Amino acid sequence: MKPMILNRARRAVLYLALALPGLPAHAQQQPLPASSAPQAADSGGLTGSVTDDSAWRDLGIAIPAFPTDRSVATGADGGNTEALGRNLARVVFSDLKNNGLFKPTGPDSLPGIGYAEVAAPAFAGWRARSAEMLVQGFVKGGANGQLTVGCYLYDVALGKELARQGYVVSPVEWRRAAHKCADMVYSRLSGESPFFDSKIAYIAETGPKDHRRKQLAIMDSDGANHRFITSGQAVALTPRYSPDYRQIAYLSYVDGRPRIYVYDIGTGHQHLVTEAKGPTFAPRWSPDGKYILYSMAIAGNTDIYRVPATGGQSVRLTNTPGINIGGSYSPDGRKIVFESDRGGSQQVYVMNADGSGQHRITFFGGRAATPEWSPRGDQIAFTCICGNLRVAVMDPDGHNRRFLTDSWQDEAPTWSPNGRIVQFFRTERGTGHTSIWQVDLTGRNERRLKTPVDASDPAWGPVLP
Amino acid sequence: MSPSPVFVRLAGVSLLIASVGLAGCAHKPKELPPQPVSASTSTQSEAMPPAQPQQSGPVPGSEADFLASVISDTVHFDTDKYGIDGESEGILRSQAQWLARYPGKAITIEGHCDERGTREYNLALGERRANAAKNYLIGLGVDASRINTISYGKERPVALGSDEAAWAKNRRAVTITVN
Repeated sequence: MKPMILNRARRAVLYLALALPGLPAHAQQQPLPASSAPQAADSGGLTGSVTDDSAWRDLGIAIPAFPTDRSVATGADGGNTEALGRNLARVVFSDLKNNGLFKPTGPDSLPGIGYAEVAAPAFAGWRARSAEMLVQGFVKGGANGQLTVGCYLYDVALGKELARQGYVVSPVEWRRAAHKCADMVYSRLSGESPFFDSKIAYIAETGPKDHRRKQLAIMDSDGANHRFITSGQAVALTPRYSPDYRQIAYLSYVDGRPRIYVYDIGTGHQHLVTEAKGPTFAPRWSPDGKYILYSMAIAGNTDIYRVPATGGQSVRLTNTPGINIGGSYSPDGRKIVFESDRGGSQQVYVMNADGSGQHRITFFGGRAATPEWSPRGDQIAFTCICGNLRVAVMDPDGHNRRFLTDSWQDEAPTWSPNGRIVQFFRTERGTGHTSIWQVDLTGRNERRLKTPVDASDPAWGPVLP
Repeated sequence: MSPSPVFVRLAGVSLLIASVGLAGCAHKPKELPPQPVSASTSTQSEAMPPAQPQQSGPVPGSEADFLASVISDTVHFDTDKYGIDGESEGILRSQAQWLARYPGKAITIEGHCDERGTREYNLALGERRANAAKNYLIGLGVDASRINTISYGKERPVALGSDEAAWAKNRRAVTITVN
């Protein structure tokens, strides 16, 4: 069969792969109207941690619509800045709600506020509504159609401003301003790193169980801005975003057999991770994006290799009979956790980044697969094949295994950029339907991520700059 | 910086299509002259019933002929295993005999797994199973250069249930002939 060229124009979000000079990472860079509320001391977050969430569950956060100084037309959702202000607050509300840590109230259940009120909240009124925290913001249309969004967090009981940030975004990326605002609120209140303003690569699945179409797709962390990357003519599996979001390494059967390709989001081109002939699986990036790990089978034996992301000589890291596969770097890049059946069944091993010092760390009943090192370094998530397939975490030395899920088949956990949420996919018994789920480290807050079709192999990228 | 459209270009590729079940489709019109008997047919082992190149039979050396000649195109495996058991040995012997008859033919062995494993490991395990079948055929004298392997992991089940019977059917290596 002659290769066919599929030519499909897509609206690309090129700028997401690039540094965004217009979007300041620090609030101070963006002049915002000073609030009349006294500034809270910079204490770097309230005490508490996400793994002990009992105190957070009931923290009421009011998020009224973001007013505009003057409603002007915009290409962003809503058509004008007044309608957009409501949409912005809705996105902030839904980020904080789905997180499971807070009890936010959104703009559709709250009265509107005036533009002048944004920096001078009517605390008495919010106290009467039993809101403990208050998120207010504004949106302004500026030159060249750019939008300026301000975001303020207030402690209602204290009558104090806790944090504020401002963002300049183009209309098509308006949601990022809302995610940045939600990130600011989340990190200020939880003391954790932000994660809402990030993207997810995954495999979109359609069709019957024996003829599944599997396409590479990407979306924002909340499921918005969904985009298919591949057509589905060739099966695609196991994507991983490069740390700079410019590339996705993934497995494709595009040349008839399973091989890892590195796809460039900006150009739409892709290249093989290695020209070596064996089938390649399980791509992983090093935290600095300089290396890619892949696993290659030769004569039925699979080993893990490391190759510079820019191409060049591969280095073989494992060399034992059996299947050595996967590999996830510790955040400092010094160690790699991987999976091997060299001892007779799938278990988790750790080695130094140069392949030395390989040793097994899992010794509980059942098999252990797909280990992924948390970006915080404190935990390793993995698939426990213990009767059912369940997502679990353990300390980096293999101790203190804790199950996060208890379903028929959950597998392939990956981490949120802040190492506080584990994402995985769930397969339904019988039908083979797949879906992406997120669970926090308590295992109590589990939610399904909305996707247009069935979904598997979720991989989170880092927080955008 | 304003976004610009990006053209996603993907070379489509012909995915291998399992030809199981094609044997019954190779009917020939009766008025055609009889197929020439291949000279290599005489070399076949006595243990094998000769695949008669009859007027209505499959074309010698075709995939249909392969399927009609061998005990099975598929060998099965135990959970998480890749060993060739006695039943599989007989099946692979029948495949080796057919390959000896048609030295110009090559094969692809597809390795598959059941759904009760992780995706990446199953890709590697399917490759290992396909290689186990390949190595057995090589031991029977089939030249390694005639045997290609490919793993589909757990991505292409033939039995759709989620029970032991279905999983046993899906843990398999399937031989497909290519020219």
